[in-house]
Amino acid sequence: MAVDELVPVSVAEAAKGRSPRVVVIKPTRGWHLVDLREMWNYRELIYFLTWREVKVRYKQTVIGAAWAVLQPLAMMIVFLLFFNKLAKVDSGNVPYPVFAYAGLMPWQLFSRAITSAASSLVNDRRLITKVYFPRIIVPSASVLAGMVDFAVSTGLLVVLMVIYGVNPGTSLLLVPLVLVLMLVTALGVGFWLSALNAEYRDVAYTMPFLNQFWLFITPVVYPTSLVPERWRLLYGLNPMAGVVEGFRWAVTGVGPLPWQLMAMSAVVGGAIFLSGMAWFRRCERTFVDVIGSGG
Amino acid sequence: MGELAIQAHGLGKRYFIGERQRYKALRDTLAQSMSAPIRALAGRARGSAGSKHRPEFWAIRDVSFEIEQGEVVGIVGRNGAGKSTLLKVLSRITEPTAGYAMIHGRVGSLLEVGTGFHPELTGRENIYLNGAVLGMPKSEIERKFDEIVEFAEVSKFLDTPVKHYSSGMYLRLAFAVAAHLEPEILLVDEVLAVGDAAFQKKCLGKMSDVARAGRTVLFVSHNMEAILNLCQRTILLERGTVSADGDTRQVIESYLKGVMESASIPLAERTDRKGNQRLKFTGVTVVDAVTGEPLPQPMTGQAIKLLLHYRSSDGRPLRNVHVSMPIHGMYDEKLFHLASNTSGSDFEEVPPEGTFECFIPRLPLQPGRYTFNVYSRVGADVADWVQGAGILDVAPGDFFGSGRLPPANQGSVLVEHRWQVSAPERLFVLSGDPGL
Repeated sequence: MAVDELVPVSVAEAAKGRSPRVVVIKPTRGWHLVDLREMWNYRELIYFLTWREVKVRYKQTVIGAAWAVLQPLAMMIVFLLFFNKLAKVDSGNVPYPVFAYAGLMPWQLFSRAITSAASSLVNDRRLITKVYFPRIIVPSASVLAGMVDFAVSTGLLVVLMVIYGVNPGTSLLLVPLVLVLMLVTALGVGFWLSALNAEYRDVAYTMPFLNQFWLFITPVVYPTSLVPERWRLLYGLNPMAGVVEGFRWAVTGVGPLPWQLMAMSAVVGGAIFLSGMAWFRRCERTFVDVIGSGG
Repeated sequence: MGELAIQAHGLGKRYFIGERQRYKALRDTLAQSMSAPIRALAGRARGSAGSKHRPEFWAIRDVSFEIEQGEVVGIVGRNGAGKSTLLKVLSRITEPTAGYAMIHGRVGSLLEVGTGFHPELTGRENIYLNGAVLGMPKSEIERKFDEIVEFAEVSKFLDTPVKHYSSGMYLRLAFAVAAHLEPEILLVDEVLAVGDAAFQKKCLGKMSDVARAGRTVLFVSHNMEAILNLCQRTILLERGTVSADGDTRQVIESYLKGVMESASIPLAERTDRKGNQRLKFTGVTVVDAVTGEPLPQPMTGQAIKLLLHYRSSDGRPLRNVHVSMPIHGMYDEKLFHLASNTSGSDFEEVPPEGTFECFIPRLPLQPGRYTFNVYSRVGADVADWVQGAGILDVAPGDFFGSGRLPPANQGSVLVEHRWQVSAPERLFVLSGDPGL
């Protein structure tokens, strides 16, 4: 603390940004969220790093971005055969293929986003040990890049909806809101995991398990209505429950709006987002020192 | 007095020893946090705070200086003096622990050449990506695009993924992007700069361009000649603090004098050593390889042995021991490296006390004064490391068996060689067989 007191007034003023070309380098303390002005200044880097993720993802593959459709399609067929036909999981008034596919879309975005965000800092250590930029851009770009896959996989959803005669109508207006909630949740979890993984590589080993576990507690293969009423509130603590149910409702318009679940998810998702950001910003001071050089 | 470019005030960067290990496992931290309350209690019982036990180390401490716009300033110091840490703090890669610095203007550094390049992306794509990483707006990259491509001489391969580039092409392209950043302040760490001599020359050329254009340059280097040529002012770092700051010639002289002075202290009495001291060097002697007589001044071309005397800290034999001795020239530049693992292999087991012998069949050094470091590793950890551990004075001698040596300004190291000329029919042997 003594160090801060030594800083003369002119420095403090410069730190407040009165002189945009002056950068003040000093130890930071306490908890901070991101500096929005700085993020705005670095908007092109956010774009380029996201673009890099997208470009690189399907390099040297034969079918390229078709993977974005093929993966949820294959999963949907497996779910259809085993959960719907054999285990008789009931999807209510929504045809099961549409039900499963609409659940898989946000789930796969989330699952892939957190997996790639978790390893993003470590993968980009050559970058962060050599040049300054707001580090939070790295996991953010990993998450944002998943949106492209999501957009591509929308094509098949539309086809399925036409085949099964699902006509959502005005409920589609809720889609943007659900997407925001989905991104906020994925970013929040991504911030936590990437910061933890920079210091504890254990995170990388828990990812497959975390993904599986999280899929089981999310209403992707089964509807929330299977969960007993009194456990619903607890169930809603999983922010992805609200995202998946919300997205499914928005694109099918069947049944009542799951607003309680979504509100619960929004609160939890927002809390994960803010706490993840603050935790990340706290850890980023020592990322370079703990992450090891990339050679 | 001109406008300030960099102001550093009391900058410090502390590391906890062991923090820079590759990564922690969660269980270690869990175990630590479990035992922390107990240790804290135990510590309090002994009258000290438990959390203060982590050994710390200040890579730089209380570093203050001001650099005006347009100044070209060199930073010198031994390995581990904090030069690279200082640049990392000034380029915001890592945060200082104490003090503050104010930077006026855009900072670029040649240490980030090629960072952000992705092997799967094409040259064109990488120019945009790398430019964005270095802080160039897209409009600026577009404006300079043709210039960058021309400078890098890769126009034919613009749409080829850079993983198919030769390493020369890759470096040229990476450097071209960095060189077109036009920073107001350029930070250069020669120690980290990669590439061949031609590339390094290009870097130096770029630096003097930047300096001539009236921009500010901070140049970390072991190359005293380059510093003398480029910088009017030089800052000397010693053990993390500024020990001299002023006219380059004077600072370099005092730096080299310091190297010589500490090198003349007997090795066993040196305290500026690094490592865990499981093995400690106690002295170095130079002896005639044939007679075993100690030599105050070995001669050029003489067969000698360098004897490194050591002792282990616990009186037990040591396993997996590596020893090396880098030889430095009069500007403290590295000349060559004598290491147990390159000439043969490291020692599997050594007695608790003894002598490492390094045999040099013909000492390949011009007459003059040299210094050397001594370094040893036991297992994976540095055991003892003393920089500028001693002085090696070399007297004139006959290296080539010809009775002649090259002029002193033609470099310090001699290499065994012979010349011949061939005509289509006959061969003429022109010059001295050294007579091995």
